[in-house]
Amino acid sequence: MTQEIPAEADSSQLPRRWGIFLVWFLVLGILGVLGFSLMRAHQGPVGIGDEVPDFILTTFDDEQIAIGDLRGQVVVINFWASWCTPCEHEAAVFEQAYQMYKDRGVVFLGVDYADTEREARAYLERYSITYPNGPDLGTRISQAFRTRGVPETYIVGPDGRLADVRIGPYATLNEIINAVEGVLGY
Amino acid sequence: MVIHVGYFSLVLTFLVALYGAGAAAYGAIRRKTEFVESARHAMLLSWPLVTVSVLAIVWLLVSGDFQVRYVYSTTSNDMPIYLKVTALWGGQAGSLVFWSWLMAAFASAASLRKWDRDRELLPWVVVVTMVTLAFFLSLSILFENPFARMWRTPDGSQVTAMFQHGGTMPLIPIDGRGLNPLLRHPGMIVHPPMQYLGFVSFVIPYALAMGALITGRTDDRWIRISRRWTLVAWLFLSLGLLLGSWWAYDVLGWGGYWGWDPVEVSALIPWLSATAFIHSVMIYEKRGMLKQWNMVLIILTYALVLFSTFLTRSGVLSSVHAFAESAIGPMFFGFIGISFIVSLFLLMRRWGALRSESQLHSLLSREALFLLNNLLLIGILVVCVWGMLFPLISELVTGQKVTVGPPFYERATAPLGIGLMLLMGVAPLSTYGRASWKPLVRALLKPLAASLLVPLVLALRGITNLGALLGFWASALVALVTLYEFWRGAVARHRRHGEILPLALWRLAGRNRRRYGGYVIHLCTVLMALGIIGIEIYQTETQATLARGEQLTLGRYVMIYESLAQFDSPGGRHITRAVVSVYRDGKYVGEVYPRQDYYYAPEMAVTIPGVRSTLEDDLNVMLVGWEPIPTEGTTFKVILNPLVNFIWLGGLLFIFGTLVAAWPDRKS
Amino acid sequence: MHNTPPFLRILAVLLLVTLLAPVPTAAQDHEPTDDEVNAIAKQLYCPMCENIPLDVCPTQTCRQWRETIREKLAAGWSEEQIKQYFVEQYGASVLATPPAKGINLLFYILPPAAFLVGAFILLRTLRSWRQATIQAEPVVPVQPEDPYIARLEEELRRRDW
Repeated sequence: MTQEIPAEADSSQLPRRWGIFLVWFLVLGILGVLGFSLMRAHQGPVGIGDEVPDFILTTFDDEQIAIGDLRGQVVVINFWASWCTPCEHEAAVFEQAYQMYKDRGVVFLGVDYADTEREARAYLERYSITYPNGPDLGTRISQAFRTRGVPETYIVGPDGRLADVRIGPYATLNEIINAVEGVLGY
Repeated sequence: MVIHVGYFSLVLTFLVALYGAGAAAYGAIRRKTEFVESARHAMLLSWPLVTVSVLAIVWLLVSGDFQVRYVYSTTSNDMPIYLKVTALWGGQAGSLVFWSWLMAAFASAASLRKWDRDRELLPWVVVVTMVTLAFFLSLSILFENPFARMWRTPDGSQVTAMFQHGGTMPLIPIDGRGLNPLLRHPGMIVHPPMQYLGFVSFVIPYALAMGALITGRTDDRWIRISRRWTLVAWLFLSLGLLLGSWWAYDVLGWGGYWGWDPVEVSALIPWLSATAFIHSVMIYEKRGMLKQWNMVLIILTYALVLFSTFLTRSGVLSSVHAFAESAIGPMFFGFIGISFIVSLFLLMRRWGALRSESQLHSLLSREALFLLNNLLLIGILVVCVWGMLFPLISELVTGQKVTVGPPFYERATAPLGIGLMLLMGVAPLSTYGRASWKPLVRALLKPLAASLLVPLVLALRGITNLGALLGFWASALVALVTLYEFWRGAVARHRRHGEILPLALWRLAGRNRRRYGGYVIHLCTVLMALGIIGIEIYQTETQATLARGEQLTLGRYVMIYESLAQFDSPGGRHITRAVVSVYRDGKYVGEVYPRQDYYYAPEMAVTIPGVRSTLEDDLNVMLVGWEPIPTEGTTFKVILNPLVNFIWLGGLLFIFGTLVAAWPDRKS
Repeated sequence: MHNTPPFLRILAVLLLVTLLAPVPTAAQDHEPTDDEVNAIAKQLYCPMCENIPLDVCPTQTCRQWRETIREKLAAGWSEEQIKQYFVEQYGASVLATPPAKGINLLFYILPPAAFLVGAFILLRTLRSWRQATIQAEPVVPVQPEDPYIARLEEELRRRDW
C-alpha cells in the first residue's frame, strides 16, 4: 500500500535548497582539498629566481639571524643533519669554502634539520665548522624551502633571489667554488 | 617477446574497453540492440585479454628478467617463488594491472548474467565498467608501465622506457632490489588480493545504480540485483580488512593490528557505508522505503573506494602503506573529480523519481532502529574522513603540519562503537511496522538483566575501567540477545514441525540464511570486541637491557634472557636471534625466539617478535638492540596483549557467518 | 607532656613539619627506566618517518630522540615540558593530535557537531513520517495473544530477508 507524503509546503523548499547547496559544497570542497594538496605535493623545492623564503635562524650560540637583514650579500644556506652520511662528505669542504669567502662578504649559514642538539654540536666540532649553524625549529625553514631531504644547498644572490640550488652533496670544493663564483660574478 | 605480448595485450584491452563503452552508449541511445550485444561481448572479452598481460608479468617476475624495471624493483634472486608471484601486487605498476585484471573479471562475470529482464540497465553497466577499466589501463600504458625496461645511454646515465631508443644498450642488473622485507610474509599472498577484490567489486553495484539513474528505471530492479553483488563485495572488503590487521599484528612487533594510519582508515571508510547499505536495504525490501538513501549509500561507497585509491597512490599522503608519489596523481584526480560530479548530478536529477514509501509507525520499530544504525555508522565515517582530510586542510590553510593519530580516532569512535553494539542487542527484538515500547521492553528485560550481571561480577573482581565495563556489558547483551533469537526460532520451529532443536535451528537458518548469517556475524563482532577491549585497555609493556641470565617481569610473566646467536640465512638475511625462557606464575611455560632479520639487498632490518599465544593473552618479546659483545646489554621489549586472540577467532567465525549469509536460501 | 624536655618538643615539631610539609617535585635521582622513556615516546611521533610512534621507530635518529627524552627526564623535566620541547624543535606534527588552539579547535568540534546535526535531521524526518502515517491511519490494531510466536511464524511464512 502506498502512502503519499502530504504535498510539501513551500516552507520546506528552503531546507531542500540548503541541503543541495551543502552537498555540492562538501563534494566540491573535498575535491578542492585533494586537488590543492596534490598540487602542493608535486611542487618541487623553491627554484632559481624565486624570492628567498623569509626566516630567522637561532644559532646554537643563541644568535638570531634574519635572512632579511642579509639583503645585498650572497648567502649560502646549507641544510644538513648529524645522521645524514652524505652531509658528512661535504662538511669539511664547506668549512674550507667558508674560510675562502668570508672576507669577501659571503655569508654561510647551516640549518640543522630534525636533529638532536648533542649530536649536532658533536658534528660541528668533528668537522671544525665555524660559520653560524642553528636548528630548524619546528621544521619551519625546511618547510618554507620545501626541501625533500638533506643535504640541500640554496645560494641567495644580493637581490634576495635564489641564484643556485643544489639537491644532494657537493662532491668537491671546486663545485662549491664554481657555484659561489657564479653568483658573485652576476 | 613476452614483454611485447604483455604490453600490447594491455593496449588491446584498452581499445576493446573503449569500443565496448562507445558501442553500449550508442546502442542504448539509438536503441540498437545489436550494438549493445556487441558491447557485451567486448566486456566479456576484456578479462581474457588482461589475463594475458598478467601472465606475462608473472612470467617475468618468476624468471627474474631484471632488465624490466618492475621486476628489478620488486624481486631478487633470493626470494622464494611464491613471493615472486605476489610481487605482482607488490609495487605500483604491477598492482595497477592487478586492479584492472580484477575489474575485468567482475565485468566479464556481470556480462554472463541473464540480462533479459534488465535490458535497459545493461548498456550503462557496460559503459561504467568499461570506462573505469579503460582509465586504469591508460595509467598502466602511459605512466606506470610494468613492462618498461632499463637502458644505458652513451653518456653513462640510465633511462627507463618501453622501447629501445637509438644508441642505448640494455641495462641488465645481476640481481633485483627485492621486495620490502616487511612484505615478505604469508599475509602478502592473501591480504592485497582480498583488499583489491573488496574495492573493485563495488564497481558493479555502482554501475547498476548509474544505469538506473541514467535510464530513469528507478524501480526495484537495480536494487535487487545490486543487493547480492554488494553483499559479496562487502564480504571481500571485510576479509581484506581482517587479513590486513592480522598481518600487521603478526609482523609489526608492537602488537599493532590497527594503527589508524591514513591508508588503513581510507580502506575502512567504504566498508562503513557498505555496512550501512546492507542494513538499510533490508528496510527497502521489507517496507519499500528509503530508495533515495540506498542510492546515496551505493554511490557513496564507490566514491569512497576511488577516494581511498587516490590517496594511497597519488603521493598526497605519506604513510608506510602508501606507494611513492608518481605521475598518475593528476590523472587520477581528474577521474575522481569527473566521477563525483557526474554521479552527484545524475543523483540530483532523478531524486524525485526515487521517492518511495515513507511509512513509519513507531520510533522503536525496526525501521527506525536500522536508521539509527546508519546514523552511527555514518557518524564513524565522518570522523574518519575528517581525520584524514584535516592534516591536508591544516597545511593548506595555515601551513602548519599536524598529525591526526589514534587518540583522536579512538576517543571519537568509541562511543559510536558502543552505541552500535547496544543496537545489535536491541534491534533483533524489535519488529517492523507497529511497535510500541511495551513488547520491546518486555522482550529486552530478561537479556538486559542477565547482561548486567557481567559488568557487576567484573567490577567485583577488580575491573574498574569504565570503557571496559561498558564494552563487556554491551558484548554480553548482544551475545545473549542473539543466542536468544537462535533459541526462540528453533523452539518455534520445533513446536510447529516437531524437529529436535539442533535440526530445527539448522533448517531455520537454511530458510533465512541472511538473517541467521547476520546473527552469526553479530556474534563475531562480540568476540572481536572482547579482543579489542583486552588489547586496547589492558595492554601492558616493559623494556629493559639485560645481561645473560638476567630476567624481566611483566605481570604474571617472568622472562629470562638465555642466549643470543648471529648467523646468515637463505633469503639473503643476517639473523640475530635470542633465546628467552618464559615463566608464568613461577612455572616454566616455554621458550620464545625474538629475532631481527637484516636483509642485505635492500639494507633493511625487520624485527620479528617471539610470541607465546593463548586464548587468554599474547606475550610478545622483541629484540630491540644488542651490544657488540652479546653477553651484556641486550635490550628486550615485552608487550602483553590480553584476549587479543579473540579478534582472530571472531575473524574465523566471520568467514563461516558470511558463507551462511551469502548462500542462496533453500526453497521450501 | 609537660615533662618532655623543650628540645625534644622542638625536635618533635620539626619532625612533624618535615613529615607533613609538601615536598617540591625533586629532580629524578635515578636513571629513567626504558618504560618511563617509552611512556612519553609513545605519545610522540617520529619527526622524520611518517606516522610511526617514537617508541617503536627503529632508526638511529629515533634512538637519539629517545635518549633526549631520557636526558630531560633525568634533569627533572615534566612530561608536558618534554612534549613542548619536541613541538618547538620539530613542529606540531610530532604530537598525536593537533594542539587544541586556533583553527584546530574546529577539528575537535566538527565531528560531534556533525553527529548532532545528523541525529537532529534523522529525528525530524522520522517524526514527520510517523505523523503522516498516524494521520492517515488513526486506528490502533490489537496485539495478538502470543505476540512472539505469531510474529515469528508470520515472518517465517513470508520468508523475509
